[in-house]
Amino acid sequence: MSERLPHGSGRLAGPRPFPDAAVVELGKPQLRANLHKATHTIRNKRARVVDELPDWEKLRLAGSAIKSDVMARLPELLVQFEAAATAAGATVHWARDAAEACEVVTGLVRETGADEVVKVKSMATQEIELNEALEAAGITATETDLAELIVQLNDDQPSHILVPAIHYNRSQIRDIFTERMGDAPAGLTDEPRVLAEAARLHLRRKFLSSKVAISGANFAVAETGTLVVLESEGNGRMCLTLPETLISVVGVEKLLPSFTDLEVFLQLLPRSSTGERMNPYTSMWTGVTPGDGPQNVHIVLIDNGRSATLADEVGRQALHCIRCSACMNVCPVYERVGGHAYQSVYPGPIGAILSPQMTGVSASGVSSTLPFASTLCGACYDVCPVRINIPEVLVHLRQEAVDAHRGKPSAERTAMKAMGWVMGDRRRYARALRAARAGSAPLAAVLRRRKVRRLPWPMSAWTASRDAPLPATETFRDWWRRTR
Amino acid sequence: MNARDEILARLRTALGPTPSAPPVPRDYRVDDDLDDAARLETFVDRLVDYKAEVTRCTPDTLAEAVGAALAGVERLVVPGDVPEGWLSAYPGTAVADGPQPLTVSDLDDADAVLTGCAVAAALTGTIVLDGGAGQGRRALTLVPDHHVCVVTADQVVGGVPAAIRRLAPTRPLTFISGPSATSDIELNRVEGVHGPRRLHVIIVES
Amino acid sequence: MRIALFVTCVNDLLYPDTGKAVVRLLERLGHQVDFPEAQTCCGQMHANSGYRDEAVPLVRGFVEAFDRYDAVVAPSGSCVAMVRESYPRLVPEAAGIAERVYELSELLVDVLGVTDVGASFPYRVTYHPTCHGLRMLRLGDKPLRLLRAVEGLELVPLPGAEECCGFGGTFALKNSDVSTAMLADKCAAICDTGADVIAAADNSCLAHIGGGLSRRGAPVRVMHYAEILGGGS
Repeated sequence: MSERLPHGSGRLAGPRPFPDAAVVELGKPQLRANLHKATHTIRNKRARVVDELPDWEKLRLAGSAIKSDVMARLPELLVQFEAAATAAGATVHWARDAAEACEVVTGLVRETGADEVVKVKSMATQEIELNEALEAAGITATETDLAELIVQLNDDQPSHILVPAIHYNRSQIRDIFTERMGDAPAGLTDEPRVLAEAARLHLRRKFLSSKVAISGANFAVAETGTLVVLESEGNGRMCLTLPETLISVVGVEKLLPSFTDLEVFLQLLPRSSTGERMNPYTSMWTGVTPGDGPQNVHIVLIDNGRSATLADEVGRQALHCIRCSACMNVCPVYERVGGHAYQSVYPGPIGAILSPQMTGVSASGVSSTLPFASTLCGACYDVCPVRINIPEVLVHLRQEAVDAHRGKPSAERTAMKAMGWVMGDRRRYARALRAARAGSAPLAAVLRRRKVRRLPWPMSAWTASRDAPLPATETFRDWWRRTR
Repeated sequence: MNARDEILARLRTALGPTPSAPPVPRDYRVDDDLDDAARLETFVDRLVDYKAEVTRCTPDTLAEAVGAALAGVERLVVPGDVPEGWLSAYPGTAVADGPQPLTVSDLDDADAVLTGCAVAAALTGTIVLDGGAGQGRRALTLVPDHHVCVVTADQVVGGVPAAIRRLAPTRPLTFISGPSATSDIELNRVEGVHGPRRLHVIIVES
Repeated sequence: MRIALFVTCVNDLLYPDTGKAVVRLLERLGHQVDFPEAQTCCGQMHANSGYRDEAVPLVRGFVEAFDRYDAVVAPSGSCVAMVRESYPRLVPEAAGIAERVYELSELLVDVLGVTDVGASFPYRVTYHPTCHGLRMLRLGDKPLRLLRAVEGLELVPLPGAEECCGFGGTFALKNSDVSTAMLADKCAAICDTGADVIAAADNSCLAHIGGGLSRRGAPVRVMHYAEILGGGS
């Protein structure tokens, strides 16, 4: 069914297969060290604050069920949200894909006459590559989240959804500020406090003078038309409060049915993401409040592959994601390669199921390889605050990737079919075991041990870094027959 | 078809004719099991953990506590409806926002802001502003670098659910848990970025 | 109690000693062990690699081989997790047998109520809880309780024990470089413990870990914990 609905565009899938991209990242020792330190710090913090809540599992169950309900009623909830937000003074726009969303936002900025905007960290605007579109239209967008600012200053791409600059350590950040931030104080040290102060001074004038801000939203409440943004630094409050115009780009899946549902998600999200009981600032606004905050409020609802994802009954749970990033913080694959190898704004385990669904799992490049970029260890499912069964979806998407190429020759399929045929019958299976044992016996005799250091393709991928076991001199079933 | 109708049609197609979802289990905690004293203790503990400053006082000593919290503050801004009694021990000049609103530049020049709050959640050390009595508009508590917030004991509830249930959703809401902070550098928390770098909470117990 | 052994294809061919140890252990505890010879493979590799059509006949074959037993034991957390979690989805009729298949430590601790199996093993042992046993079966400390009761055995904690070793079935081949990076960290953690033996509940993960240790020339033996429990005192 998903094939009938259009897939998304934007920064969702790069051209290189995951293993090829991963090997490049694995070759960066500083990156590995930075990622190890950061992911371990955050996973321990998360574990501490989660253990504090005796009803954590109940909150997860409620969060998961609320999101399932949202998906089942998405069209009616969107209409309800639109009506409530409009009644409160906001203007609601809709965009089918990345290009249309960029066009809408660019048009809205142009209407204000502004040629610069301040931005609150937002995954949706990165997904649609809004900054590039604004630049092409002669509009300068300044990222105001500290990590986003670091990444933007260095012309880099984010590598994590919560901490986009997780791949840099403090001294690398100091160097970026010194070289690229025009007003960086002389003699900047790599003390985090000093670096944060430099960012504060750099952005302060912009905050106080900007006419237009662009944000995303963590949640959108259908019942009231309310948007919610969680943040830490106060850059969000600056953008959401001081400019005259506020444009928020929101994925259609961000809805919650009612305001009280926030009581679940405001507990789940901060503890899962930054490992805090509560993030420093959460802002909620409903349309326009006269005399308080932006008086020109726009909301752009985007599809961009979400409806195609919703069409898959197993895979649609990926849309439950509240972008906390707990899954990447515990993922052993992410920890080794970082976010860039995933070549999407959504890296890590959630990215491995979200990006291929939004772009189509049979798309060329990274998409068809992402479902295989996991050992299925299950650490992501354990920490997911809305219980997205990521391993289940990964296996489901592997199935789709394999099915998409059925009928085309593949050594793997031939091997899998052959093994399936052999294992499907006890006599064929027993004969094959004996043949494997007999075939390896001369090798074992020559080597005088039961380990081998080099095997031909495809097992050469195994022996590149590990010795391989040879079959035993007698299979278990032969031993059983002989002794019983 | 316009974008709106096409997206809605796509979503309906994606869901098929009879989408359904199981009922939502809501057996998570809504109320805490703390008595009033323990709840306030927890609130203080969480605030201190976030590096907020905390003063506890009674209605009789409130003005004195406010005066002490504002020691060294020359330019103070306050909402137009700040209770007069709060400021009786403050020797500096308090500039009220309204009826003529202060400019951003006025706010940037201020040393501190003094407000009340709508509700507070003890278990997370959160104060919530809703633009209601004694709180003013959002810019007021954002631009000055030092926020002194008066919280009365009866405004302090247990956790987030209890706080959410006391709020009017369509007011502009700001949840504040400690001073502004970032964890963007090696995931270590640093207090003090764009929002007020100092948060001082004065708890009034009768 | 009459218990059927599902030895698993990996053990049948590569690690028969693990199967023999399970038989020895259960018989020593006074139970009768059957080995239904119709058994082949649980189909996990096919199912997890996206070859459901090839996995389904193997699921049916498993049901045919084991359906008449009240209890089936397998010395593999991963294969048991496949049966319990995936079988009912792949073949609804397999739901019944899925509930009666136990990983060895579940059978011993939960069903038979034993933690001291009367084994002796005078070595320093560290234990790696393999992912499917840990997170799908929730084995918890069952294997550790069994090992702690072994006479002479000194159990040393493995730092970062709950992190995946990087095996992941075909992941080890398809994403060999990432797998190798994970393996390197696991091997370093194992070597740092100074243990004589690294034990686990899955020989597939142990083949990967053992292959890495052997390539490094590390003097650590790799053993399925069933083989430790199977050794008598």
